[in-house]
Amino acid sequence: MNRVVITGIGALTPVGNDIKTFWENLVKGVNGIDNISYFDTSPFKNKLAAELKGFKPEDCLDKNFVRKNDAYTLYALAAAQEAMADSGLEGKIAGEDIGVYFGSGIGGFKTFCTEHEALLTGGARKVSPLFIPKMISNIAAGNIAIRFGARGPCFSVTTACASSSSCIGEAYRAIKHGYAKAMISGGSEAPIIPLAIAGFGNALALSPSQDKNAASLPFDKRRDGFVIGEGAGALILEEYEHALRRGAKIYAEICGYGSTCDAYHVTAPDPEAKATAKAISDSLAGLEFDASKTYVNAHGTGTKLNDKTETAAIRNAFGEDKAKLLHISSTKSMTGHMLGAAGAVEAIAAVLALKNGVIPPTINYLVPDEECDLDYTPNKAAKVDLELALSTSFGFGGHNACLAFRKV
Amino acid sequence: MVFEKVSKIIAEKINCDASELTADTKFADLGIDSLDVTELVMNIEDEFSIELEVDSSLASIGDLVNLVESKLK
Repeated sequence: MNRVVITGIGALTPVGNDIKTFWENLVKGVNGIDNISYFDTSPFKNKLAAELKGFKPEDCLDKNFVRKNDAYTLYALAAAQEAMADSGLEGKIAGEDIGVYFGSGIGGFKTFCTEHEALLTGGARKVSPLFIPKMISNIAAGNIAIRFGARGPCFSVTTACASSSSCIGEAYRAIKHGYAKAMISGGSEAPIIPLAIAGFGNALALSPSQDKNAASLPFDKRRDGFVIGEGAGALILEEYEHALRRGAKIYAEICGYGSTCDAYHVTAPDPEAKATAKAISDSLAGLEFDASKTYVNAHGTGTKLNDKTETAAIRNAFGEDKAKLLHISSTKSMTGHMLGAAGAVEAIAAVLALKNGVIPPTINYLVPDEECDLDYTPNKAAKVDLELALSTSFGFGGHNACLAFRKV
Repeated sequence: MVFEKVSKIIAEKINCDASELTADTKFADLGIDSLDVTELVMNIEDEFSIELEVDSSLASIGDLVNLVESKLK
């Protein structure tokens, strides 16, 4: 079995349009949440989101490509290009040796709405021929493969808010079992549109708060829903010996992946957290570690049920004594919930925490909850010499994914 | 007249200089694929208030201009 390392990272997030800005702002505790600027929210009960700040796709992508693609694909390409440039892999690997597993929870949601409007107002003749290839949730993966001539395995996993963690985990397995030497993996999402805000809002998933500093409140007793975010995260996974031979910079090794399903309810987590705990413990299989030197970048959405259940899952997976020693945080307190992009962006946060020995905080944490009683790194980044970092992701449908990273 | 209007629409779509376009210019040489041609036809229908049948034989700007002119007669 091959070892798998991370040799490149790219992120486009509400707190930074590149890795450097993203990481600096996470450590500083910058809040990426604000009033929605993309459309008039006066008829909506939910008015906050974590939008990208000042991202101009034309700055890094061809104008015609921008015209012909949904925002979710543009975000994906921006992150993938940053990750590939960071890895220095372009031109140093045969096309058949590199693949792409890149997901989205939804795909081209805005395109779907625009073209449906065209159908209703102008009839069938007015629906763009680009509608289908702009909208489908695998087209970001397809476009990344085209951009880099990656002719190895290519697909997109859709497991709602676990989509990009599933992609990274499956990409890890593809390299581990010899189906590729390198993989471009991650996810993207562009869901800040009226239909999504109404849909998630009516499903009671979104925080109704209108105070940006009291809306995304992971593990805080005041939490009342998540705040929707957008963007993309991309990681270049590479077979360890391949990376060594070309003298690549190595961020971390992926040393575990757990993938399970609650098989319980479409949106609510199983309160017993059995499958969630198993995803976490599967990612730890065979590892020896010091819990006091372990960081968990939690899914931590800020919904009543997720954070309580996730705390129970962590406790079940690690055991009471170790769970209390863990360093946990939810960067969704700053980035909002980037849905299908969340897992990738949070995997990057976990990897950078491990590499830099700094844990980004859970900001705006004020009121402890007796049902969430672990160390969530409240409000200020913590310096800890880490040995292991985990990233958990859970999605509607009961999908659970957990990734484990260690230093090489 | 039709040629000028069609060239202008194409130039705007692909961000090129309309003066570089001729009736013989092939869509493939401009990086315009079959999906783009269909979208282009929709823009042209709006511009001339006509309805066109998209046909896979449309290969050059001249082909498209001829199609439009045949509808305007």
